[in-house]
Amino acid sequence: MRYLPLTDDNRREMLEAIGAREIDDLFVDVPAEARLKGDIEGLPKQASEMAVEKHMRRLSKKNLAANDAPFFLGAGAYRHHVPASVDHLIQRGEFLTAYTPYQPEIAQGTLQVLFEFQTQVARMFGTDIANASLYDGSTACWEAIVMAGRITRKSRAVLAHGLHPHYVSTAQTMAKFTKDELFSGAPDLDADCDEDAIIAQIDDRTSCVVVQYPDILGRIPDLAKIADAAHDRGALLVAVVTEPVALGLIEAPGALGADIVVGEGQSLGVGLNFGGPYLGLFGCREKFVRQMPGRLCGETVDADGKRGFVLTLSTREQHIRREKATSNICTNSGLCALAFSIHMTLLGGAGLETLARINHSRARLAAQRLGDVKGVRVLNDVYFNEFTIVLPSDAREVVRELAERGVLGGVSLGRLYPDEEALANGLVVAVTETCTPEDIETFATTLSAVLEGEAA
Amino acid sequence: MNAPNASGWKPAMGDGSGEAAPTSSGDAALMLEEKLIFELAGCDTTGVDFDEQPGEIDPALGRFARKQRAQLPGLSEPETVRHYTRLSRQNYAIDLGPFPLGSCTMKHNPRLNEKVARMPGFADVHPLQPVDTVRGAFEVMNELAHWLIELTGMHGVAMSPKAGAHGELCGILCIRAALEAQGDAREVILVPESAHGTNPATAAFAGYKVEAIPATKEGRVDLAKLKERLGPDVAGVMITNPNTCGLFERDMKAISDAVHAAGGYVYCDGANFNAIVGKVRPGDLGVDAMHINLHKTFSTPHGGGGPGSGPVVLSEALSPYGPLPFTARMEDGTVHLVEEESLKEFDHAKSFGRMAAFHGQMGMFTRALTYILSHGADGLRQVAEDCVLNANYVLRRLEDTLDAPYGASGPCMHEALFSDDGLAEGFSTLDIAKGLIDEGFHPMTVYFPLVVHGAMLVEPTETESKDGLDRLIESIRHVAQRAKDGDEALHGAPYYAPRRRLDETQAARKPVLAWQGEPGVPRIPTPSEVGDR
Repeated sequence: MRYLPLTDDNRREMLEAIGAREIDDLFVDVPAEARLKGDIEGLPKQASEMAVEKHMRRLSKKNLAANDAPFFLGAGAYRHHVPASVDHLIQRGEFLTAYTPYQPEIAQGTLQVLFEFQTQVARMFGTDIANASLYDGSTACWEAIVMAGRITRKSRAVLAHGLHPHYVSTAQTMAKFTKDELFSGAPDLDADCDEDAIIAQIDDRTSCVVVQYPDILGRIPDLAKIADAAHDRGALLVAVVTEPVALGLIEAPGALGADIVVGEGQSLGVGLNFGGPYLGLFGCREKFVRQMPGRLCGETVDADGKRGFVLTLSTREQHIRREKATSNICTNSGLCALAFSIHMTLLGGAGLETLARINHSRARLAAQRLGDVKGVRVLNDVYFNEFTIVLPSDAREVVRELAERGVLGGVSLGRLYPDEEALANGLVVAVTETCTPEDIETFATTLSAVLEGEAA
Repeated sequence: MNAPNASGWKPAMGDGSGEAAPTSSGDAALMLEEKLIFELAGCDTTGVDFDEQPGEIDPALGRFARKQRAQLPGLSEPETVRHYTRLSRQNYAIDLGPFPLGSCTMKHNPRLNEKVARMPGFADVHPLQPVDTVRGAFEVMNELAHWLIELTGMHGVAMSPKAGAHGELCGILCIRAALEAQGDAREVILVPESAHGTNPATAAFAGYKVEAIPATKEGRVDLAKLKERLGPDVAGVMITNPNTCGLFERDMKAISDAVHAAGGYVYCDGANFNAIVGKVRPGDLGVDAMHINLHKTFSTPHGGGGPGSGPVVLSEALSPYGPLPFTARMEDGTVHLVEEESLKEFDHAKSFGRMAAFHGQMGMFTRALTYILSHGADGLRQVAEDCVLNANYVLRRLEDTLDAPYGASGPCMHEALFSDDGLAEGFSTLDIAKGLIDEGFHPMTVYFPLVVHGAMLVEPTETESKDGLDRLIESIRHVAQRAKDGDEALHGAPYYAPRRRLDETQAARKPVLAWQGEPGVPRIPTPSEVGDR
């Protein structure tokens, strides 16, 4: 087996050195009745690199890759062009095959990257600090709710209607077990985010208000207004950013009064990957640092006085605090954080702004063009690179028919909210720099044909 | 070693007795320092070219347009490549040498896995694409799920947990959901003291009180004491098997039977599954739930601290409570996705819900499946045998030098445990770890498990050659001897790493978690300094 360097001679020699006759002498503590007698049922024997690659390639071909069709899906995962150097650099063995930097003297590469990453995220979010990443946006969102509970010592969280429904259900799952009380509900098909309805839910028991920015329908809520209302009642504002590219063009949530900002960092550097691995971003005010979940990298000096970096404040974490830890999280999304950070370093603030402008301009074009399709109404007045259109019939069926005609035309609200009849005709359309004007035209004409009932 | 120079030629360097002078750059040949990106570039440059420079747009941003550009430095491609390449060289990695971190299973990461994960049909698909356009992705999930079930002898598997600790949470939530469905509000989870910190943290997060299970002198769960503690308030136990002392829990089946008889469930921490994969099936030992770290046993890369992936195999009793979404193979052979929208077509109403936004760590599934198929049934069994062989070889070659507290408890499994007993006064496990760095190795896991004083946990894995192990063993012997002899110089180690020992106390006392700018140069105030807007 190509991954196993021991030869049979090595094995014999080593068994002898140990004082064992055969390998099963080393498994004596496994009761005989628990030992497998033969092979794992049905699993073939070892296979060559060529054979396995062929099998996996066959499976991969059964999928329609985003690059092979006009592609307009978003709703929490966005397709952006990732510069070739990003993937090259994250495959450097020194990054790819390193562990958590527990021995900082020989992990300064990883640690400096994390320090730079934390600074980039904090500046992007407009927060004082950021951590070294969490699993993904949805789990980061839940961690923020729990953290707000610890800070305010209250346990009722108000989730804005525009929060991604999978983020809501992730939080609901966890809240069932922690006894946190969550207010939530589906959005209305309306151009207005209805901040007043959210504000009306804030009371003295409220730990935090959780607002997605831009929201699931692509609308941009007035964070500052909600922040003021939350702060008046001693609650925190948690802003959720699922599309960080938006922050190249719209104001940073921290600058609008958000106390905790979480996000999904997949847009930069990581790619779609069918939903994972992704990258949880987490920033907050400096005064909350000791309540933060996840790993933190900090600056210090070594014995010679040289600048260096270490993981720090681990007294919050499970390996020290065990059952009293701020979270059970034991990992970050290190390699995805590296990819995000490299992509961000290539872009810089200027590149991020240009990228965001292109996204917005393509989205403007698409909204205009799709709005011209008979029977289609564009819901949003305000949006970044994602907006909602309302179709004359169930969008789930339309999406399927579009796919049959080779267009990946967005995420139907019916898939996201299967129990909400009122949303069934809604379709969320994301338009990034990867969507060409020709793609937009193809989408519009195919949509028109589907809605007119024309044969493919 | 190079042969002596037969010609007698020497570089022109006077009498050859000169000493190295400090360099003007601060660098030393291949030892290269690297600044922070914030010190290398301004915020108005970029290393990305776009097809177009968008002209004036009629924006639809309402009143939310950004007033000032984010202060993020941008570097050209060559500068970027150089920055990260220089930083990478300050890391130790499996690709450079043994990485014997106990309990972490730092094995070789096959490059075929990387190639497969990047196939456009896997890497460039969206989780919410119409299901008919991603059937191959569901097949990968389902095929991997199938082998995980077969390898563990369990009934079902939850694929969505994103790391080991997330998997633990999944398992404990299944247990809690199952008990609540029976109207049984038990409050206590029992966890051995040797357990990884995530175990008690997870149980507490799920609302349980955590109590310790005592261990026997030989380092295993004390079955008699466990039985005494079981009762109507105990929801379950969390047992690591093989345990963190590197030993197989011989009484595992009896533990499971006792817990089940008392109405509780058995969670097994599968972090150490590598030692028994293809040899023992946890399902045959009465386990109800176990997470599998794909980044350990199934070789997906650790990436400097993640991403991980932690599918959880479940017994028949717990399977109905597993999270959404998951895949199911129908009688006609097609694979379907069970999520909120399709829930009505499938009988999974007892699910405790969703743990994360999408379907799990697809990028890790493709790698792990590639690994399983590459090894096959025979190769996986060889993995377990070789990793156990390597660990026992380390244990027996070092037990005359380092104290092996459970050396008499029988063979170890995948890792060998030592203590600091016998080191000279004032010398610690930390000194051995830092001394090993100078020897060119990554140290073993230190100070874990907590049940052994100054613990050193060595897990070589099956991907180390015998020559490689012999070199590692020689270095550990050498450093251990220095610590036993009281060699004061060892306190200063490492001397040859990119950094000497770092001041962790200062880092924690006044945390600097983001770049603050050059001293004396005004920086942009943070929102908190400005005050609330």
